[in-house]
Amino acid sequence: MGSVYRARDMHFPSVAKLVAVKEMINSAPDPLVRQTIVQNFEREANLLATLNHPSIPRINDYFTLDSRSYLILDFINGKDMEAIINETNGFLPEDQVLGWAIELCDVLDYLHKHKPDPIIFRDMKPSNVMINHNGDVILVDFGIAKTFQTGVKGTMIGTEGYSPPEQYRGEATPSADIYAMGATIHHALTRRDPRIEPPFSFAERPLRRINPAVSAELEAAVTTALEYNPDDRFRTAAEMKQALMGVAKKTGALVRMKAATSPLTQTSAIKPLWSFKCEDEIRGTPAIFQGVVYVGSYDNNLYALNAADGKFQWKYPTDGGIVSRPALYDGNIYFGSEDKRLHVVSGRSGKVVWTYYTEAPIRSSPRIAEGHVFIGSDDAYLHAINLNTGRLAWKFEMADAVRSTPYVFNELVYAGCESGDFCAVDYRGGLKWRFHAKRAITSSAVGTNNAVFVSSMDSALYALDPRNGWVLWRFRLGKPSISTPCLADDLVIVGAADGFIYAVDAKNAKEVWRYRTEHQVNSSPVVYKDSVYCGSVDGYLYSLEYRTGRLRWKFGTEAAITGSPLVYDDIVYFGSTDSRVYAVLA
Amino acid sequence: MAKFFDWLFSKKQEPTAPTQDVANTAPLTEEQIQAIVNNQNPRFDMQQLIASCGQSVGKQRELNEDSILALTTTMAGNSGNLPFGLYIVADGMGGHQFGEIASNAAIRSVAGYILKKFHPYLFQVKTDTMDESFQEIMLEAVREAQKMIQREAPGSGTTLTAALVIGQQVTVAHVGDSRAYFIFPDGRIDPITRDHSLVKRLEELGHITPEEAVNYPHRNVLYRALGQGELLDPDIFTVAFPQPGYLMICSDGLWGVVAEQDIVRSINEAPNLQRACQNLVTAANTAGGPDNISVILTQLIG
Repeated sequence: MGSVYRARDMHFPSVAKLVAVKEMINSAPDPLVRQTIVQNFEREANLLATLNHPSIPRINDYFTLDSRSYLILDFINGKDMEAIINETNGFLPEDQVLGWAIELCDVLDYLHKHKPDPIIFRDMKPSNVMINHNGDVILVDFGIAKTFQTGVKGTMIGTEGYSPPEQYRGEATPSADIYAMGATIHHALTRRDPRIEPPFSFAERPLRRINPAVSAELEAAVTTALEYNPDDRFRTAAEMKQALMGVAKKTGALVRMKAATSPLTQTSAIKPLWSFKCEDEIRGTPAIFQGVVYVGSYDNNLYALNAADGKFQWKYPTDGGIVSRPALYDGNIYFGSEDKRLHVVSGRSGKVVWTYYTEAPIRSSPRIAEGHVFIGSDDAYLHAINLNTGRLAWKFEMADAVRSTPYVFNELVYAGCESGDFCAVDYRGGLKWRFHAKRAITSSAVGTNNAVFVSSMDSALYALDPRNGWVLWRFRLGKPSISTPCLADDLVIVGAADGFIYAVDAKNAKEVWRYRTEHQVNSSPVVYKDSVYCGSVDGYLYSLEYRTGRLRWKFGTEAAITGSPLVYDDIVYFGSTDSRVYAVLA
Repeated sequence: MAKFFDWLFSKKQEPTAPTQDVANTAPLTEEQIQAIVNNQNPRFDMQQLIASCGQSVGKQRELNEDSILALTTTMAGNSGNLPFGLYIVADGMGGHQFGEIASNAAIRSVAGYILKKFHPYLFQVKTDTMDESFQEIMLEAVREAQKMIQREAPGSGTTLTAALVIGQQVTVAHVGDSRAYFIFPDGRIDPITRDHSLVKRLEELGHITPEEAVNYPHRNVLYRALGQGELLDPDIFTVAFPQPGYLMICSDGLWGVVAEQDIVRSINEAPNLQRACQNLVTAANTAGGPDNISVILTQLIG
């Protein structure tokens, strides 16, 4: 609402005396509002004129001109604390923050002892604290500081996040400034902005849990300042200053503790139940049926392995790499190959039942519903093939290669393509709606009655209305994603090329947690019981608690994991580009 | 072919027509509409979004600081049927600090922003997909309103509960202690918003019990309001419209005064939405009408 100018005071023409000119533009159309604003302004000026403390800027003059009011103050050569917090990488050193805090307590003590009435600053926060070129603190913006008077009910004042509970009740006391002081130190040492956290939640994030380098003594002092009940806080700013001086004495002599590195969860302890080596990379995802694991390999074969011990049952050769996930129906295995064909093979014998040709390699996985197989192909068509005859029922033309696996829900077939189009097609092959992302949609969709979720190479995770394709929300990922999201309770979990596995609230697109792996996450996460399982290009398969994103364990392979795991009966089956299929206990 | 069926159908109907009650050919009465609505799973070709509002200054205030906006459009045709509605309740505060200016600015600014965004997609023949999500548009609308209030009525504040209904989705933007509820025919009433009030926060922290909260002296003190603070973080979420059921948005002049079960009863006993809104306002006034009362009631049928 106001600007601050750096100006030169021309009363002293032969020297460069710099002043700060605080300008307030009165843009309110209502005359009563305008008057209130001018009164507030003059109140600030008069208040400042009565004060004399090194941490309070001196006032030189003030005036109002038409719709603008001006306050002339000493120029402060420095930065405000909020800017310093934001510009610093990592945490500010405790000694530095402690020094500022002691000076701030001193100026608060001065204000609170003001006669005839104590002055309550009411708006203590990092952005109202300037640090000048000497490293000393200056309290600025007395806009709402006022001499003590009981608040008007319902009047909101103070900065949300830094204010104590009683200030919302309109009670302004010295104790409120002490709380805000504690909140300011807390923000400076943790980098957690209390304005975006729930009110009065400091107790839920103690200093040392976020910044282990902070001394226990300082944490204790800040906790006292932030006590919920005003009677439990320091009674005066002077008392808080004493406590902080005590902290400085104690810790000054001590050697700083090194930040404790978090202990790594056991990784090498996990042994696979079995593993099976193919002749080339496994980029796809396994499927399981009646004790047999089926998985395609880049060596062109589909393998059938005994789920219990990994023993080879049979393999079925195609003329191209298999990068997708087989589908199972009525004892037959359906899968696409880069040889352009959809193959249908008997699950028991591995003998071919029928095949279906498309015009280009198939990288999409088949989906079976309503007597049809739905599958995408690089020939830019979504194919619907009759299960019994193996003949084409219809094909739907998309703008580019369809690598996304069709998703069938509520009598619609959803699929994305490399042009970024995402279509909902009815069972007769008619377009219901089309959504266009800025880049390719390679991943597949998952849905609920209320939303279809899909990630894109444009680095967004989308929630679309399943009935009409309008965008309900989108969530920005750090990098593009080809990972298919999975749903668990109210969470949407997805991986991205920035190496993170994200969990996002399905209702409001708020991030609930994220977990960092060491490389791209192209694998699609899978939830089983309490855990989410996902591979990463760093070669590990991760098991995380899906509610919190905490690592349960990770299992290392020799190369990138790009396919998705399959979890069945407490066993995780997955392939790796080290050419092996692994079975690990969930 | 269709004509043939029409002919066949009307032919068959004719002989029986004289024996039927004549009233059946007149427009449906409120009771009949209600009977259809109460039916567990009504199915219509066209979904209908309907809404009604009620407002009163109350019995103890001289000034109405509440503002409401309700907008319902119907677009149905061969290209589909897309109910579109925008419903906003804003409760201005600050008394001497011009709460009514703030709440008025809030509804106009939010609605103006949203309608401008949707205009090309709803009221022009355009096939592009919108490149912003509902939630992003709502967030931006709230931020615009925040700026507008800080410019027009600095120092004042307002609550804002806005529901954008598109198809069967409700996207809500919420700041403050006005509330949105889902109300179901079986009597359930679920608040879908969370008050940004001191008393609610104290309740969440376990410092006071829900019983104490009812009589808490500073029930109207908010920690988050439009026009206040630099960083505004509104709650924004998307949920499915309750079917069958109602979406109700109201200010604390209603929910703080009339018990939830009485709200449900007022609605269920009313023959239609208009009357339900009037009943709710009357109930709040009968209970003393300590504050301005605003209510919007909407229903999606089909």
